[in-house]
Amino acid sequence: MIDQELKVSLGVDSIRDDFPALHQEVYGRKLIYFDNGATAQKPQTVIDSINHYYSKENANIHRGVHFLSQQATDKYEQARRTIQSYINAPREEEIIFTKGTTDGINLVAFAFGETLHEGDEIIISAMEHHSNIVPWQMVCERKGCQLKVIPINEKGELKMEAFKELISERTRLVSITHVSNTLGTINPVKEIIEIAHKNGAKVLLDGAQSIQHMKVDMQELDCDFYAFSGHKVFGPTGVGVLYGKKEILDSMPPYQGGGDMIEKVTFEKTTYNVLPFKFEAGTPNIAGGICLAKSFEYLEKLDITLVEQYERHLVEYAEEKLLKIPGMRIIGTADNKTSVVSFVIEGLHPFDIGTLLDKQGIAVRTGHHCTQPIMEEFGIPGTVRASFAFYNTTEEIDTFIQALERSINMLQ
Amino acid sequence: MTLEEKQKEIIDEFAVYDDWMDKYEYIIELGKDLPIIDEALKTNDRIIEGCQSKVWLDSKFEDGVMKFTADSDAIIAKGIIGLLIRVLNNEKPESIATCDLHFINEIGLQEHLSPTRANGLASMVQKMKLSALKAISN
Repeated sequence: MIDQELKVSLGVDSIRDDFPALHQEVYGRKLIYFDNGATAQKPQTVIDSINHYYSKENANIHRGVHFLSQQATDKYEQARRTIQSYINAPREEEIIFTKGTTDGINLVAFAFGETLHEGDEIIISAMEHHSNIVPWQMVCERKGCQLKVIPINEKGELKMEAFKELISERTRLVSITHVSNTLGTINPVKEIIEIAHKNGAKVLLDGAQSIQHMKVDMQELDCDFYAFSGHKVFGPTGVGVLYGKKEILDSMPPYQGGGDMIEKVTFEKTTYNVLPFKFEAGTPNIAGGICLAKSFEYLEKLDITLVEQYERHLVEYAEEKLLKIPGMRIIGTADNKTSVVSFVIEGLHPFDIGTLLDKQGIAVRTGHHCTQPIMEEFGIPGTVRASFAFYNTTEEIDTFIQALERSINMLQ
Repeated sequence: MTLEEKQKEIIDEFAVYDDWMDKYEYIIELGKDLPIIDEALKTNDRIIEGCQSKVWLDSKFEDGVMKFTADSDAIIAKGIIGLLIRVLNNEKPESIATCDLHFINEIGLQEHLSPTRANGLASMVQKMKLSALKAISN
């Protein structure tokens, strides 16, 4: 009953019509796409805008005197404002276009990293994606900083008491995932940000797994940096955004040198452009930026609170059914989580399960999900991960459970 | 039976399955039947680390032919290993080094031997061929 009510209120049937990739067969079976944590499918409006851009609007931006260049520049800058408005960032120059979350984190790791000194500390957590571990290890190596790691409990939640002990006046940055890609845990980021700020540390949120599931408001969160990827939020690949507070971005040196990021170049001295261009060297992913705005226009039309409720319902429905399967162990049972369910089945390899689900038309992710430290923590080689979006349904979950049971029978 | 005849035999066995799940059911049965590698041989120098699953391979050159035993922690990988061993075991190193394992494509399992699949099988075939080359050069 709740299922049908939520489904009708959100308009899931018509939403599904907007995503052409959902309507196809693989291996002669109807595709069920449960790998949204890896990348999300695109609505027709985003796909059409890519086609339209290259058919009619393609031009380089920020420097042309001609019509197409001016038009593309306007659209690209309008896209920046659309995104600024969606995440409620105070200023448009705080929206920096990147290649994606990894690129955004690396930008901060390099440029903010340049302001760090020997003995400074950076705090991350045990549930970070490799993208939010390795750039900081590189900074630590370069600048002689220390990396501290917040441990997690058996439910896959941060041990906040340990965090309070780790943070000190030496902490310059806390770089933490908003939502875990493997466990689905929604971290108490507001509390983390408050504690960090009291200690004079800045906070970067890895938003790769949060912005598509919930309302993110930069002013309400008060984070210093927030990085996300376009392709996980129903937009194109190869484009993403780094939000950063203006005064901090201003204090950081440029990340890459090249065109667009300069004010004046001479062989004696080059002066840099203002934000956001200081961090956008070279011709950017123009089509990516413009078309990413289309995915936010699409999201704007949905009621994000209903999306959250519906996705919560999907994951609870899936977990209830999964737990009836003998030998089932769900990895990541945080009280507060998004629509991700990672699991292992006693005696069976995730790779085998993933392969058999694939042959039944069901796309899931298997392996360590670029979070090897989590796998070590739970003592497992990997998991099967089903990650849902608002276009998935409980009917699809029923088919998935049947396919999973069939796979288990075959493997045992 | 020649190496080529063995490939042909496997292709014929798989020809009866037109459903993917039936095909995999068969591979899994093969995996379950495979005599696993001697536990003592599951050492780190015999391990082929894939991103997703592990493979252990032991190769010997005896009486002019190559002898392989192998194992994997994933049963589908193990079934495919069983097929590869069936084709390559007791063959002369020269035939192994130069053979084209076309049966994998023909039975539709090429995805598992793609280097990007990261299950260790592509590296395993490479190691089998390298050990054959080593046997030739010795």
